[in-house]
Amino acid sequence: MLWPRLARALFSKPLTDPAPPVPEEVAQALAARLDAAAQRRLGRSLAIRQVDAGSCNGCELEINALSSVVYDLERFGLRFVASPRHADVLLVTGPLSRNMREALERAWACTPEPKWVVAAGDCAVDGGVFKGSYAVEGGVGAALPVDLVIPGCPPSPTQLLEGLLALLEAQAPPRAASAVQSVSKNA
Amino acid sequence: MSGGAEGARALLRSGAPQGCRPHERFLLTPGRWAALAEALAADHDLALLALWGEPGMVHAAFLSEAEGAVLLASAPAPEGRYAALSPVRPGAARFERTLRDLWGLSAEGAADLRPWLDHGRWPVTAPLSARPAPNGLPPPQPEFLPVEGEGVHQIPVGPIHAGVIEPGHFRFHVQGETVARLEARLGYVHKGTIGLMLGKSPRSAARFAARLSGDSTVAHAWAFAMAAEAATGAAPPPRAVALRALMAELERIHNHLNDWGFVCNDAAFAWPHARCGALREAVLRACAAAFGHRLMMDCVVPGGVAVDIAPEGPEVILAALDAMEAEIPALERVYDGHASLQDRVVGTGAVGSALVARFAAGGFVGRAAGRGFDARRLPGYAPYDDLDPAVPVLPQGDVDARMRIRIAELKESARLVRLLLERLPEGEVKVSLPQRGGEGVGIVEGFRGECLHWLALEEGGLIRAAFPRDPSWLQWPLLEAAIGNNIVADFPLCNKSFNCSYSGVDL
Repeated sequence: MLWPRLARALFSKPLTDPAPPVPEEVAQALAARLDAAAQRRLGRSLAIRQVDAGSCNGCELEINALSSVVYDLERFGLRFVASPRHADVLLVTGPLSRNMREALERAWACTPEPKWVVAAGDCAVDGGVFKGSYAVEGGVGAALPVDLVIPGCPPSPTQLLEGLLALLEAQAPPRAASAVQSVSKNA
Repeated sequence: MSGGAEGARALLRSGAPQGCRPHERFLLTPGRWAALAEALAADHDLALLALWGEPGMVHAAFLSEAEGAVLLASAPAPEGRYAALSPVRPGAARFERTLRDLWGLSAEGAADLRPWLDHGRWPVTAPLSARPAPNGLPPPQPEFLPVEGEGVHQIPVGPIHAGVIEPGHFRFHVQGETVARLEARLGYVHKGTIGLMLGKSPRSAARFAARLSGDSTVAHAWAFAMAAEAATGAAPPPRAVALRALMAELERIHNHLNDWGFVCNDAAFAWPHARCGALREAVLRACAAAFGHRLMMDCVVPGGVAVDIAPEGPEVILAALDAMEAEIPALERVYDGHASLQDRVVGTGAVGSALVARFAAGGFVGRAAGRGFDARRLPGYAPYDDLDPAVPVLPQGDVDARMRIRIAELKESARLVRLLLERLPEGEVKVSLPQRGGEGVGIVEGFRGECLHWLALEEGGLIRAAFPRDPSWLQWPLLEAAIGNNIVADFPLCNKSFNCSYSGVDL
């Protein structure tokens, strides 16, 4: 029976991990990339459209884990959406295979402004181990303006969460210097 | 019939042995290859496992189910042509399209001549042939098989899907709610993996095998290592062999848990998904504690394993298994006891056992439809010879049967992990590979089915040719059959119950 289990779950300790710390410098640098109007429009929540641009599916496993009860992405106001038209963030994995370039560019064109582009995983950063192949562009940056990179092969759910929380934090003041930001591998 | 079977096997073995270990490869003339293709029509014993190329040469791997033997055959392809196997082995069709796209070799008399991996977006054509040609043409429009009938319309889906999954295009032809035909168009995540492996040492090419399909990273890395060890005559230490099996069973457990949850979730039943997710996370954390990586990527290397198990490893792994085994009975009762869930999975996406046998589909797709093949038992490999893994088989072939096979395998894998930890031999975990030429093949049962890697090394020990074959090659075509006459809304359930790899077959 399911009902007794659901009832018991109401009174037991949550399985969810506490939130990881937000990397402050990253959040500040990201904030500097947003103007005040964009900041207001994005608010305190983000809709994420994930695009696999040639990954080995290792990154997808860890991104999916974010939705589990242990990481519970939605408690932060972060959620995955089915269409780029509903998204504030394109979370892109893979070395950008040539066969996926047009689809990724179309997804980006469909995503309303203001929008973030996050390159997740070593492949998305610069092609990773697939760099130099005839079949890959060598990273998401070859086609789109990247705001944040989250390295790792694959990045752990905690690393992914830190990066996404930095985006949320950036949407609230204050702000500082600009550059493409990287979440530390060991953070 | 049996005369035909002997004929095909005898014909194959009449070729010159090429010294591939542990399964011999026989070199045929183009004429005898064509005769083999004909003989296969009357022979239902030899199953095609893989078909691939090298510049000017075509290779095939067969499984004789009667003999329990793996046999490899090759033939030169003069002027880039060879006799097609797809008229007698339907599973060959996508391999033949790939042979044309990557090596520029054309199958004469092939069932399907359309491009597969090459979408016309690479700077070259036939990138793995002796002389790749520059590609100056704009990408062509893809062609799909037609469907005729009143009220038939098309639904194009992808390459980017609604969920967090890999990209691929699905073209549905539907009549009302019912799917008349599904055709998958893959190749979107083609990364040129084989090209990157060539000219490297097995040690440095292992990271490509480990990234062929991230969810099967252990199984592919192991099969690749097995092929490299067979080619060079190296023997991994017993402790490394046991640790590989330990990792492979943990990989099976985390994937089966994941998909059990997702199948329920695709039927809008969220509770098992939440529970499976929590149990799986504990397994992944145990893997990270024991081997330093949640998915155990790059942990299996040619010659052994990269790292020994951490001292606290066994304890955390057993704790994760205890939690899982304590909860599985309750999860099963919920899975069995909810009509809303059973109504969605029972009878949905059924594949007949004849079709499964014709494609020689392995893994839970095969075992859920009466094909009891498991590489751990046949051809078998260490350390499973001593572990006697149980192989569940069901006849129904529907979403529910695939799920039940996986639940049974979850329990069996937990048993194997406990046994492996109990009996873990002491000693080294790695030997260095001798730098020499040779040819080898490795077959490892991953969570999806058998992962097959073939490797040919030059005299100096660098890779001359390679082919990694994911089990999904022979399962994807069956998904198209499974969804036929089902409703479009059941596609996510069917797709998840197969969970074929895109990256694994896109290479």
